[in-house]
Amino acid sequence: MKQEELISRLTEIKDKLIDIEQPSDKRIYLPCEAENNFDVCKFLFEDLALRFVIATGLDSDDCFEVLYHFSNDETGHVVTVKALIRDRGNPSIESISPFLPGAEWIEREIRDILGIEFKNHPNMRRLILNDDWPEGVYPLRKNCPQRGEGTIK
Amino acid sequence: MKQTIKKPVLAVGPFHPLQEEMEYFQLTVDGEIVTDIDMRISYNHRGIEKISESLQFDQVPYLVSRVCGICSASHPLAYINAVEEIAGVTAPERAQYIRVIINELERMHSHLLWVGLGGHFIGYDTVFMWAWKYREPVLDLLEAITGNRNNYGNVRVGGCREDIPDELKPKILEELDKLEKKTEMLTKAVLDDPVLHARLKGVGVLSKEDAVKFAVAGPTARGSDIAIDARRDDPYAAYDDLDWKVITQPEGDVFAKAVVRLLEVLEAIKMCREAVKKLPKGPIALEVKEIPAGEGCGRAEAPRGETFHYVRSDGGNRPVRHKIRAPSYVNVPSFRASCIGEHIADVTITLAAVDPCYSCTERVAVVDSHHNIVHDYETLLQMSREKTACIKKEIGAPELKMEDF
Repeated sequence: MKQEELISRLTEIKDKLIDIEQPSDKRIYLPCEAENNFDVCKFLFEDLALRFVIATGLDSDDCFEVLYHFSNDETGHVVTVKALIRDRGNPSIESISPFLPGAEWIEREIRDILGIEFKNHPNMRRLILNDDWPEGVYPLRKNCPQRGEGTIK
Repeated sequence: MKQTIKKPVLAVGPFHPLQEEMEYFQLTVDGEIVTDIDMRISYNHRGIEKISESLQFDQVPYLVSRVCGICSASHPLAYINAVEEIAGVTAPERAQYIRVIINELERMHSHLLWVGLGGHFIGYDTVFMWAWKYREPVLDLLEAITGNRNNYGNVRVGGCREDIPDELKPKILEELDKLEKKTEMLTKAVLDDPVLHARLKGVGVLSKEDAVKFAVAGPTARGSDIAIDARRDDPYAAYDDLDWKVITQPEGDVFAKAVVRLLEVLEAIKMCREAVKKLPKGPIALEVKEIPAGEGCGRAEAPRGETFHYVRSDGGNRPVRHKIRAPSYVNVPSFRASCIGEHIADVTITLAAVDPCYSCTERVAVVDSHHNIVHDYETLLQMSREKTACIKKEIGAPELKMEDF
């Protein structure tokens, strides 16, 4: 897909997005509320046939973010859906693994390290944490100490 | 009376700490046929993403070069691409060429390592010995340029750390010529060998549809007819200025992946030679004092596929988030598509075909649910080799000799 086509097709889902940001030539960020993320990702993967790259879980100051990175290989664009999860007490988001099995592992990993629940995930076992790792301790949250900065209670 | 049928389970893994990755595969088998596969990873999770948040921007390349011993040039480069995107800087031209040379040398030695191990798994130890012998001078070149055979630590934000001295150029070109001849012979031997055709064609097929669903990268994708390559699609370093092509094969089987890798070695040699000859004069780095707030995505084509780094900065001197995705992370789950329905004798080579890292196959055991361990790694390897021997006998092919190379 050419660049103009990509950008014009992205406007089709404008009402599900907060904004369409293009900080540099080949990078597009699509911030959206967590409940719209499933539809946006499905549109990018199935309608625009973008390649799924990976997702990034992130602990921001006032919310959690899950960033789904897609690649348009014809032009080298990275299109990142930035899902904002505002409920910090009970963070959850709809899983995209049912239509995209390539996302299964990373969603399990994000649950392990940040404690974000993925609804309708086909196989929500732990991926990277050990079986005896305590429940409720999420190593990538900002309140989890770095090495040398104390121990986990 | 209620009866439960227990299915035999084949356990592949979990780990060998001397290797770079640990994985555990649990294969459910029905007779000789694999009917299901389950995977577990992260036996040696080192928390690199968390450690990265505690390091300064210019310290992180040395950390991420230790993500993987083989890809120790591509991880730092992908990180640098992301940080340079945030800072809005472009490294000097000479540095861009040096980055290409180091990354292509890395691809050569990684692919040759794979060809050797692939040969070992199916009982072609001659291929193993020779491919690893050819690989050695490549590591020597990397040592001559960067000071290390692995963990080069040569890129930094805004350029490179070590220059390639002019005196070294003739030596690099000479070694590349030698390697090219040997790789051409090796490629021809593989492409013409009827036993390898019979042994590897149609084995472990990953269809194009599955390859898209599992979002695979690198030679695993290119062997399934998906022409993606970060070097061409999202050009970084000096790849835009060089003349090379993306290698693809349509079949999606083990043979296709082997062909892609061998031809990529030849492309890498060509590219490297051109880069050495065109190496422009000038500085190799520029001073980057501060990284502003922002976010960046960096990509680099590692030998196993696209390496992706996401970095976010809040304007301080440390990244607030640094996400690393190595290509095996998306390639390994595709075993669900390529292993199910295969024979046990084909599992070792199918798992090896995406080049995940061999730690997994070092510790293989077949477990019967009623008994304890029945077969171990040696037995499985033996089965794989016996199948090759049977095919050889059927075809009446002569034993592959050292002289053939």
